[in-house]
Amino acid sequence: MAISDVYDFYKRMEDEHIILSFKGAFTEDLLTSILHIVEGKMEALDIDTKKKKRVFNVLVESFQNLYHHIEEMAPEEGEYERNRSAMIIVKYEEKRFTIITGNFVNSNRIPELRQKLETVNALNDEALRELYRSKLENGGRTEKGTAGLGLIDIARKSKNKLDYEIINVTEATGFFCLSVLID
Amino acid sequence: MENLVIEGTAKTPTVEFDASEGKIVLKGRSIPENSIEFYRPMQDWLKEYSIAPAVKTVVDIRLEYFNTSSSKCILDFFKSLESIKSAGNSDVTVNWYFETDDEDMQEAGEDYEAIVGLPFTIIEVDEI
Repeated sequence: MAISDVYDFYKRMEDEHIILSFKGAFTEDLLTSILHIVEGKMEALDIDTKKKKRVFNVLVESFQNLYHHIEEMAPEEGEYERNRSAMIIVKYEEKRFTIITGNFVNSNRIPELRQKLETVNALNDEALRELYRSKLENGGRTEKGTAGLGLIDIARKSKNKLDYEIINVTEATGFFCLSVLID
Repeated sequence: MENLVIEGTAKTPTVEFDASEGKIVLKGRSIPENSIEFYRPMQDWLKEYSIAPAVKTVVDIRLEYFNTSSSKCILDFFKSLESIKSAGNSDVTVNWYFETDDEDMQEAGEDYEAIVGLPFTIIEVDEI
Protein backbone atom coordinates (compact mmCIF):
# COMPACT_ATOMS: atom_id res chain seq x y z
CA MET A 1 0.00 0.00 0.00
CA ALA A 2 1.32 3.41 -0.94
CA ILE A 3 1.51 5.97 1.85
CA SER A 4 -1.09 8.03 0.04
CA ASP A 5 -3.57 5.15 0.38
CA VAL A 6 -3.50 5.14 4.17
CA TYR A 7 -6.15 7.82 4.52
CA ASP A 8 -8.39 6.07 1.97
CA PHE A 9 -7.98 2.87 3.91
CA TYR A 10 -8.93 4.64 7.14
CA LYS A 11 -11.84 6.41 5.47
CA ARG A 12 -13.18 3.17 4.05
CA MET A 13 -13.20 1.59 7.50
CA GLU A 14 -14.83 4.68 8.95
CA ASP A 15 -17.56 4.70 6.28
CA GLU A 16 -18.21 1.01 6.84
CA HIS A 17 -18.62 1.66 10.60
CA ILE A 18 -15.89 -0.80 11.47
CA ILE A 19 -15.06 -0.72 15.16
CA LEU A 20 -12.53 -3.54 15.06
CA SER A 21 -10.70 -5.48 12.40
CA PHE A 22 -7.97 -8.06 12.49
CA LYS A 23 -6.25 -10.11 9.84
CA GLY A 24 -3.57 -12.60 10.76
CA ALA A 25 -2.93 -15.77 12.73
CA PHE A 26 -5.70 -16.71 15.17
CA THR A 27 -4.41 -17.62 18.61
CA GLU A 28 -6.01 -18.19 22.01
CA ASP A 29 -4.67 -14.89 23.34
CA LEU A 30 -6.12 -13.01 20.40
CA LEU A 31 -9.68 -13.92 21.41
CA THR A 32 -9.08 -12.59 24.93
CA SER A 33 -7.85 -9.29 23.46
CA ILE A 34 -10.72 -8.98 20.98
CA LEU A 35 -13.32 -9.68 23.67
CA HIS A 36 -11.68 -7.14 25.93
CA ILE A 37 -11.75 -4.44 23.23
CA VAL A 38 -15.33 -5.14 22.12
CA GLU A 39 -16.61 -5.33 25.70
CA GLY A 40 -15.01 -1.97 26.44
CA LYS A 41 -16.70 -0.46 23.37
CA MET A 42 -20.09 -1.94 24.26
CA GLU A 43 -19.73 -0.53 27.76
CA ALA A 44 -18.98 2.92 26.31
CA LEU A 45 -21.90 2.64 23.85
CA ASP A 46 -24.27 1.72 26.69
CA ILE A 47 -25.54 -1.45 24.98
CA ASP A 48 -28.17 -3.38 26.94
CA THR A 49 -27.14 -6.58 28.71
CA LYS A 50 -29.03 -8.98 26.45
CA LYS A 51 -27.45 -7.62 23.28
CA LYS A 52 -24.03 -7.42 24.89
CA LYS A 53 -24.25 -11.09 25.79
CA ARG A 54 -25.38 -12.05 22.29
CA VAL A 55 -22.54 -10.13 20.64
CA PHE A 56 -20.12 -11.69 23.09
CA ASN A 57 -21.50 -15.17 22.40
CA VAL A 58 -21.35 -14.81 18.63
CA LEU A 59 -17.80 -13.47 18.83
CA VAL A 60 -16.70 -16.41 20.96
CA GLU A 61 -18.37 -19.03 18.78
CA SER A 62 -17.26 -17.56 15.44
CA PHE A 63 -13.73 -17.18 16.69
CA GLN A 64 -13.49 -20.63 18.23
CA ASN A 65 -15.14 -22.21 15.21
CA LEU A 66 -12.38 -20.69 13.12
CA TYR A 67 -9.70 -21.47 15.62
CA HIS A 68 -10.53 -25.17 15.77
CA HIS A 69 -11.13 -25.34 12.07
CA ILE A 70 -7.79 -23.72 11.28
CA GLU A 71 -6.05 -26.22 13.57
CA GLU A 72 -7.74 -29.07 11.76
CA MET A 73 -6.67 -27.95 8.31
CA ALA A 74 -3.74 -29.98 7.11
CA PRO A 75 -1.55 -27.31 5.66
CA GLU A 76 0.57 -28.05 2.66
CA GLU A 77 4.26 -27.28 2.80
CA GLY A 78 4.78 -23.53 2.58
CA GLU A 79 1.06 -22.84 2.86
CA TYR A 80 1.08 -23.01 6.63
CA GLU A 81 1.07 -19.32 7.45
CA ARG A 82 -1.64 -18.57 4.95
CA ASN A 83 -3.87 -21.33 6.24
CA ARG A 84 -3.59 -20.22 9.86
CA SER A 85 -4.43 -16.73 8.85
CA ALA A 86 -8.00 -15.48 9.03
CA MET A 87 -9.95 -12.27 9.35
CA ILE A 88 -12.47 -10.86 11.77
CA ILE A 89 -14.35 -7.57 11.49
CA VAL A 90 -16.85 -6.05 13.92
CA LYS A 91 -19.17 -3.34 12.65
CA TYR A 92 -21.49 -1.17 14.69
CA GLU A 93 -24.15 1.12 13.33
CA GLU A 94 -27.32 2.32 15.00
CA LYS A 95 -27.43 -0.32 17.73
CA ARG A 96 -26.76 -3.09 15.18
CA PHE A 97 -23.64 -5.19 15.37
CA THR A 98 -22.29 -7.23 12.46
CA ILE A 99 -19.58 -9.79 13.01
CA ILE A 100 -17.80 -10.82 9.83
CA THR A 101 -15.25 -13.59 9.55
CA GLY A 102 -13.20 -14.84 6.61
CA ASN A 103 -11.04 -17.93 6.50
CA PHE A 104 -9.63 -20.55 4.17
CA VAL A 105 -11.30 -23.95 4.01
CA ASN A 106 -10.31 -27.16 2.28
CA SER A 107 -12.47 -27.61 -0.81
CA ASN A 108 -13.46 -31.11 0.24
CA ARG A 109 -15.18 -29.65 3.32
CA ILE A 110 -17.22 -27.09 1.42
CA PRO A 111 -20.27 -29.29 0.63
CA GLU A 112 -20.65 -30.22 4.31
CA LEU A 113 -20.26 -26.61 5.37
CA ARG A 114 -22.86 -25.43 2.85
CA GLN A 115 -25.27 -28.07 4.04
CA LYS A 116 -24.85 -27.05 7.69
CA LEU A 117 -25.45 -23.40 6.83
CA GLU A 118 -28.50 -24.19 4.74
CA THR A 119 -29.97 -26.39 7.47
CA VAL A 120 -29.51 -23.67 10.08
CA ASN A 121 -30.95 -20.98 7.82
CA ALA A 122 -34.05 -23.05 7.10
CA LEU A 123 -35.05 -23.25 10.76
CA ASN A 124 -36.94 -20.82 12.98
CA ASP A 125 -36.01 -20.04 16.62
CA GLU A 126 -37.97 -22.91 18.12
CA ALA A 127 -36.65 -25.46 15.61
CA LEU A 128 -33.09 -24.24 16.20
CA ARG A 129 -33.56 -24.69 19.92
CA GLU A 130 -34.81 -28.24 19.37
CA LEU A 131 -31.90 -29.06 17.08
CA TYR A 132 -29.46 -27.65 19.62
CA ARG A 133 -31.03 -29.66 22.42
CA SER A 134 -31.04 -32.91 20.48
CA LYS A 135 -27.43 -32.47 19.33
CA LEU A 136 -26.40 -31.61 22.87
CA GLU A 137 -28.09 -34.74 24.17
CA ASN A 138 -27.22 -37.20 21.42
CA GLY A 139 -24.41 -35.78 19.35
CA GLY A 140 -20.80 -36.79 19.66
CA ARG A 141 -17.85 -34.49 19.89
CA THR A 142 -14.25 -34.29 18.87
CA GLU A 143 -11.35 -34.83 21.26
CA LYS A 144 -11.03 -31.07 21.62
CA GLY A 145 -14.59 -30.87 22.85
CA THR A 146 -16.13 -29.19 19.83
CA ALA A 147 -19.64 -30.44 19.51
CA GLY A 148 -20.77 -29.20 16.09
CA LEU A 149 -23.08 -26.76 17.84
CA GLY A 150 -21.23 -23.58 16.86
CA LEU A 151 -23.25 -22.51 13.82
CA ILE A 152 -26.55 -23.43 15.50
CA ASP A 153 -25.63 -21.32 18.49
CA ILE A 154 -24.54 -18.40 16.30
CA ALA A 155 -27.88 -18.52 14.46
CA ARG A 156 -29.81 -18.70 17.74
CA LYS A 157 -28.02 -15.71 19.23
CA SER A 158 -28.17 -13.68 16.02
CA LYS A 159 -31.94 -14.12 15.52
CA ASN A 160 -31.24 -13.44 11.83
CA LYS A 161 -30.37 -15.65 8.85
CA LEU A 162 -26.66 -16.24 8.40
CA ASP A 163 -25.24 -14.41 5.41
CA TYR A 164 -22.37 -16.31 3.80
CA GLU A 165 -20.35 -16.85 0.69
CA ILE A 166 -17.70 -19.39 -0.24
CA ILE A 167 -15.24 -18.30 -2.89
CA ASN A 168 -13.09 -20.76 -4.80
CA VAL A 169 -9.48 -19.66 -4.42
CA THR A 170 -7.71 -22.68 -5.87
CA GLU A 171 -8.89 -26.17 -6.72
CA ALA A 172 -8.05 -27.31 -3.20
CA THR A 173 -8.96 -24.21 -1.22
CA GLY A 174 -11.94 -21.97 -0.73
CA PHE A 175 -12.46 -18.79 1.27
CA PHE A 176 -15.44 -18.82 3.59
CA CYS A 177 -17.03 -15.47 4.46
CA LEU A 178 -19.68 -15.33 7.18
CA SER A 179 -21.59 -12.26 8.26
CA VAL A 180 -23.71 -12.38 11.40
CA LEU A 181 -26.10 -9.58 12.30
CA ILE A 182 -27.19 -8.87 15.87
CA ASP A 183 -29.81 -6.15 15.85
CA MET B 1 -11.80 -35.43 50.91
CA GLU B 2 -10.30 -32.19 49.72
CA ASN B 3 -12.40 -29.32 48.42
CA LEU B 4 -11.92 -28.21 44.84
CA VAL B 5 -11.31 -24.50 44.39
CA ILE B 6 -10.32 -22.95 41.08
CA GLU B 7 -10.14 -19.20 40.71
CA GLY B 8 -12.04 -17.70 37.79
CA THR B 9 -10.33 -16.10 34.79
CA ALA B 10 -11.57 -14.11 31.77
CA LYS B 11 -12.35 -17.43 30.08
CA THR B 12 -13.08 -19.86 32.89
CA PRO B 13 -15.49 -19.83 35.82
CA THR B 14 -14.81 -19.82 39.54
CA VAL B 15 -15.18 -23.35 40.86
CA GLU B 16 -15.97 -24.02 44.53
CA PHE B 17 -16.77 -27.61 45.44
CA ASP B 18 -17.16 -28.25 49.15
CA ALA B 19 -17.46 -31.96 49.98
CA SER B 20 -18.47 -31.77 53.64
CA GLU B 21 -21.08 -29.06 53.04
CA GLY B 22 -22.32 -30.74 49.84
CA LYS B 23 -22.08 -27.37 48.11
CA ILE B 24 -21.05 -27.09 44.47
CA VAL B 25 -20.70 -23.67 42.83
CA LEU B 26 -19.82 -22.70 39.24
CA LYS B 27 -19.72 -18.96 38.68
CA GLY B 28 -18.67 -16.63 35.87
CA ARG B 29 -17.81 -17.31 32.23
CA SER B 30 -17.03 -20.60 30.66
CA ILE B 31 -15.47 -20.06 27.24
CA PRO B 32 -12.20 -22.05 27.22
CA GLU B 33 -10.86 -23.34 23.88
CA ASN B 34 -10.33 -26.74 25.42
CA SER B 35 -13.25 -27.28 27.72
CA ILE B 36 -12.64 -31.02 28.23
CA GLU B 37 -9.32 -30.22 29.87
CA PHE B 38 -10.88 -27.53 32.05
CA TYR B 39 -13.79 -29.71 33.24
CA ARG B 40 -11.72 -32.85 33.87
CA PRO B 41 -10.74 -31.99 37.49
CA MET B 42 -14.42 -31.42 38.28
CA GLN B 43 -15.38 -34.83 36.92
CA ASP B 44 -12.51 -36.44 38.88
CA TRP B 45 -13.66 -34.66 42.03
CA LEU B 46 -17.27 -35.81 41.54
CA LYS B 47 -16.12 -39.38 41.07
CA GLU B 48 -14.39 -39.29 44.45
CA TYR B 49 -17.29 -37.40 46.03
CA SER B 50 -19.76 -40.03 44.83
CA ILE B 51 -18.20 -42.61 47.18
CA ALA B 52 -19.32 -40.76 50.31
CA PRO B 53 -21.33 -37.67 49.40
CA ALA B 54 -23.11 -35.32 51.81
CA VAL B 55 -26.76 -36.17 52.57
CA LYS B 56 -27.78 -33.14 50.52
CA THR B 57 -25.89 -31.74 47.54
CA VAL B 58 -26.80 -28.25 46.37
CA VAL B 59 -25.46 -27.17 42.98
CA ASP B 60 -25.42 -23.45 42.21
CA ILE B 61 -24.85 -22.54 38.57
CA ARG B 62 -24.26 -18.82 38.18
CA LEU B 63 -22.94 -18.59 34.66
CA GLU B 64 -22.78 -15.37 32.72
CA TYR B 65 -21.99 -17.03 29.39
CA PHE B 66 -20.75 -20.39 28.20
CA ASN B 67 -19.53 -21.56 24.81
CA THR B 68 -20.87 -24.57 22.93
CA SER B 69 -17.87 -26.70 23.79
CA SER B 70 -18.54 -26.08 27.50
CA SER B 71 -22.19 -26.99 26.99
CA LYS B 72 -21.30 -30.66 26.46
CA CYS B 73 -19.02 -30.66 29.50
CA ILE B 74 -21.74 -29.07 31.62
CA LEU B 75 -24.10 -31.84 30.48
CA ASP B 76 -21.54 -34.50 31.48
CA PHE B 77 -21.14 -32.75 34.81
CA PHE B 78 -24.91 -32.91 35.41
CA LYS B 79 -24.93 -36.57 34.34
CA SER B 80 -22.32 -37.38 36.99
CA LEU B 81 -24.49 -35.63 39.57
CA GLU B 82 -27.51 -37.52 38.29
CA SER B 83 -25.80 -40.84 38.97
CA ILE B 84 -24.91 -39.72 42.51
CA LYS B 85 -28.58 -38.95 43.05
CA SER B 86 -29.90 -42.14 41.46
CA ALA B 87 -27.50 -44.24 43.56
CA GLY B 88 -29.51 -42.89 46.49
CA ASN B 89 -26.49 -41.52 48.31
CA SER B 90 -27.32 -37.86 48.17
CA ASP B 91 -30.30 -35.66 47.49
CA VAL B 92 -28.98 -33.53 44.63
CA THR B 93 -30.70 -30.29 43.63
CA VAL B 94 -29.67 -27.66 41.09
CA ASN B 95 -30.18 -23.90 41.31
CA TRP B 96 -29.74 -22.38 37.85
CA TYR B 97 -29.39 -18.60 38.00
CA PHE B 98 -29.95 -16.15 35.17
CA GLU B 99 -29.88 -12.37 34.98
CA THR B 100 -33.13 -10.47 34.44
CA ASP B 101 -33.96 -10.40 30.68
CA ASP B 102 -31.29 -12.96 29.83
CA GLU B 103 -33.73 -15.36 28.20
CA ASP B 104 -30.87 -17.22 26.49
CA MET B 105 -29.47 -18.33 29.84
CA GLN B 106 -32.98 -19.07 31.12
CA GLU B 107 -33.64 -21.32 28.09
CA ALA B 108 -30.29 -23.02 28.56
CA GLY B 109 -31.32 -23.93 32.11
CA GLU B 110 -34.67 -25.26 30.88
CA ASP B 111 -32.91 -27.34 28.24
CA TYR B 112 -30.64 -28.99 30.80
CA GLU B 113 -33.61 -29.56 33.07
CA ALA B 114 -35.36 -31.37 30.20
CA ILE B 115 -32.35 -33.58 29.46
CA VAL B 116 -31.10 -34.40 32.96
CA GLY B 117 -32.99 -36.22 35.71
CA LEU B 118 -32.26 -33.69 38.44
CA PRO B 119 -34.63 -31.21 40.10
CA PHE B 120 -33.86 -27.72 38.82
CA THR B 121 -34.92 -24.39 40.27
CA ILE B 122 -34.47 -21.66 37.69
CA ILE B 123 -33.90 -18.38 39.48
CA GLU B 124 -33.96 -14.85 38.11
CA VAL B 125 -31.56 -12.39 39.75
CA ASP B 126 -30.63 -8.75 39.07
CA GLU B 127 -26.98 -9.53 38.76
CA ILE B 128 -25.24 -12.86 38.52
